[in-house]
Amino acid sequence: MAQYVKLIALGLITLAAAIAANYGRDLSYQVHAVLIMLIAGALFLYEVRRTDEPVLATPQNEYLDSVVRAGVIATAFWGIAGFLVGVLIAFQLAFPVLNFDWSEGYANFGRLRPLHTSAVIFAFGGNALIASSFFIVQRTCAARLWGGNLAWFVFWGFQLFIVLAATGYLLGGTQSKEYAEPEWYIDIWLTIVWVAFLAVFLGTIIKRKEPHIYVANWFLLSFIVTVAMLHLVNNISIPVSIFGSKSVQLFAGVQDAMVQWWYGHNAVGFFLTAGFLGMMYYFVPKQADRPVFSYKLSIIHFWALIFLYIWAGPHHLHYTALPDWASTLGMVFSIILWMPSWGGMINGLMTLQGAWDKLRTDPVLRMMVTSLAFYGMSTFEGPMMSIRAVNSLSHYTDWTIGHVHSGALGWNGLITFGALYYLTPVLWKREGLYSLKLVSWHFWLATIGIVLYAASMWVTGIMEGLMWREVDANGFLVNAFADTVSAKFPMYVVRGLGGVLFLAGALVMCYNLWMTVKAAPAKAPLPTAVPAE
Amino acid sequence: MSQDDKKPPMPTGATGLGERPRRKSILDRHQILERNATLLLVFSFLVVTIGGLVQITPLFYLENTIEEVEGVRPYSPLELAGRDIYLREGCYVCHSQMIRPMRDEVERYGHYSLAAESMYDHPFQWGSKRTGPDLARVGGRYSDDWHLVHLRNPQAVVPESVMPKYDFLERTQIDGEYIGELLATHRFVGVPYTDEMIENARADFMAQADPDSDFDGVLERYPGAQVRNFDGQPGVSEADALIAYMQMLGTLVDFSTFVADASR
Repeated sequence: MAQYVKLIALGLITLAAAIAANYGRDLSYQVHAVLIMLIAGALFLYEVRRTDEPVLATPQNEYLDSVVRAGVIATAFWGIAGFLVGVLIAFQLAFPVLNFDWSEGYANFGRLRPLHTSAVIFAFGGNALIASSFFIVQRTCAARLWGGNLAWFVFWGFQLFIVLAATGYLLGGTQSKEYAEPEWYIDIWLTIVWVAFLAVFLGTIIKRKEPHIYVANWFLLSFIVTVAMLHLVNNISIPVSIFGSKSVQLFAGVQDAMVQWWYGHNAVGFFLTAGFLGMMYYFVPKQADRPVFSYKLSIIHFWALIFLYIWAGPHHLHYTALPDWASTLGMVFSIILWMPSWGGMINGLMTLQGAWDKLRTDPVLRMMVTSLAFYGMSTFEGPMMSIRAVNSLSHYTDWTIGHVHSGALGWNGLITFGALYYLTPVLWKREGLYSLKLVSWHFWLATIGIVLYAASMWVTGIMEGLMWREVDANGFLVNAFADTVSAKFPMYVVRGLGGVLFLAGALVMCYNLWMTVKAAPAKAPLPTAVPAE
Repeated sequence: MSQDDKKPPMPTGATGLGERPRRKSILDRHQILERNATLLLVFSFLVVTIGGLVQITPLFYLENTIEEVEGVRPYSPLELAGRDIYLREGCYVCHSQMIRPMRDEVERYGHYSLAAESMYDHPFQWGSKRTGPDLARVGGRYSDDWHLVHLRNPQAVVPESVMPKYDFLERTQIDGEYIGELLATHRFVGVPYTDEMIENARADFMAQADPDSDFDGVLERYPGAQVRNFDGQPGVSEADALIAYMQMLGTLVDFSTFVADASR
């Protein structure tokens, strides 16, 4: 019966997409309609062929790891894609000729930058979060993922979201809200996928066999719920027509700015921080083979972090037309936020108590510890930049870009690489990684890349901030805007080189992981099977 | 703590906590949340809603959030179409539209931006980065010709510029087929477009880019709108719309008569 419902639904989607493609008003919408038509049609045929075939029973006493394996591959793939676009746009800013004539209108900086940010945050980071949360929740709950193949729906649904968003940017479908650029129908699709994600995650926690919910799961659960809230509120928009991608935001001007940065800052706070802290709380203790340093600290910093983060948004709007009371609140809470952020860093670092010697022999652990160091650094820098006086210099400059990247490359990137190095041998049942030496290479390439990136952006950011405000003895501005642009050129090249090093490190990782799966000796099976349920 | 120990135990009925041991700390109570997924979900959701509620909701009813200023009007159809091109090309990625009240910014870009000036911006375009200069008051600063050449090849007029070329805009003709629906959608979210404006949207769209047309209606409905053949070529191109939008940015409020409110 369910089979027939599925077939009817897929058939209707195919038909509706065909109609939509026919009446579509813009290129982005038409291409997406054709894409959806092809996917739904192919799934329809696949389901027809499977009708009345005997269904193999899935073993309920094993973890569902195939979807995590797919997630590991997707994370590595989108990581490379996102870093590559990042390197390209970094060099576009140094050499505008890289906005090629032949790709003009599709691959100019203005369209590629949202592609880069979405690819690294949502495609690379999102896949890392989905895969590791599926892995962690099963291990810490001693239960198979709830919902059967729903986890696979989440995985493929999220990939479809990524493809729709990315092609949409290139073809001009955007609602221009930073980190929330996808248009209305893509937002609706992401909502469906996200609800399924929450259902799988929460369902697995509810059927757990452990009495306690492990701390990593608190962070992951709050990340999933909060991102759902942020996504829904920030993307309220009215489509001009159901046959076009264009929509009009519900909010305008100052209210829209506040909602956007409430969203934007907490995309950082919950997607890139709470979620990744969940990863940290599982993989760092595992890799160090030590329990989490302090249980009390994890309780306090968890609640403090999620309560305080949500207030920090208005520090993106200092000295703007946003009322002062709101930006003052944002500044105060941003400064307080320093403490719970460092609570997480301390809890992670001190987990190594009694295992610090492992840093000498284990480059994966070294990577995780360095990521925590970058987390600590950027969560100090952030509150500092949220102070009005500092922000008056740093806002609108490259300093912000440098700050974001020391967090994104240093914290999110390195902790994800660490997680991938941990997961691959476990998921493919290998004795260990193919080469620890290559992990060391990756570590140094990435770290030097980040340092080049952050340092060059500090220089350009502070320099341009000072150049903009420089006045001579008679009170006239000293520098034309164009002077600041040309002054930044050498540092833009250094930044691009930093990106190349980071990308090269990630490529080394992909080779290493590939060889681990292909060539590393298989792990001897355990003498007795360990049941999950 | 030591004083606590000397107190006689409270009768269990008085606390409402039953037989619970008295010295249980709040961290022990936390176990309740750790053992119940639904409670953990609900409680963490409540915790994360507070900040947003406090910061966002007052902006909708505090009257001094948006100062009352004369001159701000909804975008004309051509300007709105140009604004959509501005969004589509991701101009906001490198250009802000928010002048802060600082000496150098006011010197460089003009009067600081008012909340009222973006009250019809769905969504806002304040931006977050100045890889290029602020555009909040770029209207009237350069000629249409300058804009056209600059879009065609930015380095031709500003050698230091790192801006990409946008010469396809002037080659892409637009006919405003759906412009009425676009205005109607903006009205739905609160922009005060009248029935007359929506009915005449397409005619106004064409007329604003054609100085030989009957454009009185445009000027009547959108005071201060500029009627010109912005790209100097026949027909309405995307460059026409984009330049029309840029040439009106920041020009609506007459700052010679503007008096700022006291601190907001």
